[in-house]
Amino acid sequence: MNVDGVNNGIVLDHIQAGKSMEIYRILRLDKLTCSVAVIQNAVSEKYGKKDIIKIDENIDINLDVLGYIDPNITVNRVIDGKLSKKEHLELPEVVTDIIKCKNPRCITSVEQEIVHKFRLADREKRIYRCIYCDAEHK
Amino acid sequence: MNDVRCVINITDLSVEELDKLMDLADDIIADPVKYSEKCKGKKLATLFFEPSTRTRLSFESAMMELGGNVLGFSTADSSSAAKGESVSDTIRTVGCYADIIAMRHPKEGAPTVASLKTTVPIINAGDGGHYHPTQTLTDLLTIRRERGAIGDFTIGLCGDLQFGRTVHSLIYALLRYENIKYVLISPDELRVPDYVRDELNEAGVEWKEVERMEDVMPELDILYMTRVQRERFFNEEDYIRLKDSYILDMDKLKTAKSDLSILHPLPRVNEISVTVDDDPRACYFRQVLNGKYIRMALILTLLGLGQKGEDR
Repeated sequence: MNVDGVNNGIVLDHIQAGKSMEIYRILRLDKLTCSVAVIQNAVSEKYGKKDIIKIDENIDINLDVLGYIDPNITVNRVIDGKLSKKEHLELPEVVTDIIKCKNPRCITSVEQEIVHKFRLADREKRIYRCIYCDAEHK
Repeated sequence: MNDVRCVINITDLSVEELDKLMDLADDIIADPVKYSEKCKGKKLATLFFEPSTRTRLSFESAMMELGGNVLGFSTADSSSAAKGESVSDTIRTVGCYADIIAMRHPKEGAPTVASLKTTVPIINAGDGGHYHPTQTLTDLLTIRRERGAIGDFTIGLCGDLQFGRTVHSLIYALLRYENIKYVLISPDELRVPDYVRDELNEAGVEWKEVERMEDVMPELDILYMTRVQRERFFNEEDYIRLKDSYILDMDKLKTAKSDLSILHPLPRVNEISVTVDDDPRACYFRQVLNGKYIRMALILTLLGLGQKGEDR
């Protein structure tokens, strides 16, 4: 399968197979007017299978969101057809308004305007806790 | 988070700050007159979105003894929360009327939300089953006053250790002090949660779990009692088998040390027999009084008026 290369834009590589549409949705890539290619189940030497997203424009990307969804993603920035920057992600210390607290006793369950925020409590176990009620996000 | 100093969780206070608060409380107890006008012209707002007579009266009494004034509400029904106002808006409004706020709310994390927008210090007076730092301060002050220091003792924590937030908070606070052994006394169903067990293991302290108070009574220097509720048990048979193990009476105290300190966050139901009340080892009513003094110390400190030993 052939998909055109990116001239000036971003390639999100090493996305866990099956996660690309979630990222497409969360990054709101449907709102872009440039070319966007989503490649699913591409062959990966490292992981066996992977997804790739190619965006033909250098847009601002919330790396915290990406890092939370899949810290193994590589962000390749391309300028004039050449790789100008390769960014490796990690789990962000804080995630804001990406996930919601599910604890029915949490203040966020009754006050809709509160920004849902989670802090990284255990990097190894990937545990995030609500900054208000400390409930673990599952 | 903004720059206003708030106390939402006991871990918001360093050991040094805890010690300073307790020193100040001791000084207030030694010479209350010296502090009787320290908060003259200051106002404490007690915002109780759920009722708690004991804690609210303790805060109000504390502020009155400092010469300050008190305003507030004691149920959500009598506040603008009943009209749907957010916690943030209530706090910003009350900040225009009061110098410091003590707040209780049925929802976990409500005081944290409040602390993000407040212009005056906030003290968490309990948020659901989450935090209740002034109870832990009360417990620490009581331990220090009864034992002379926090450390070098064996503490038994008895009752519902799974859902008892006072027990969890107290363990977290004590883990920052040296040479304390922990004996966790509870039915199997109500043992401390894994995350508390993890903290104990990580701290490398000596601790054990037992089912019967009688088996460990002679070892204990402090016995912290909490209530075991019938509805927590999975079956009636276990409740009947174990319930007497969690009721402290004079008979069980026969094997206890003569200088044991018996604490309870109160209110009690039947877990401590009233016959124990007159025993000098019963500290729980002195604990209530300590609660007022440590709240006085906390109010003074958060208002920047906590310098010990100053004359009026």
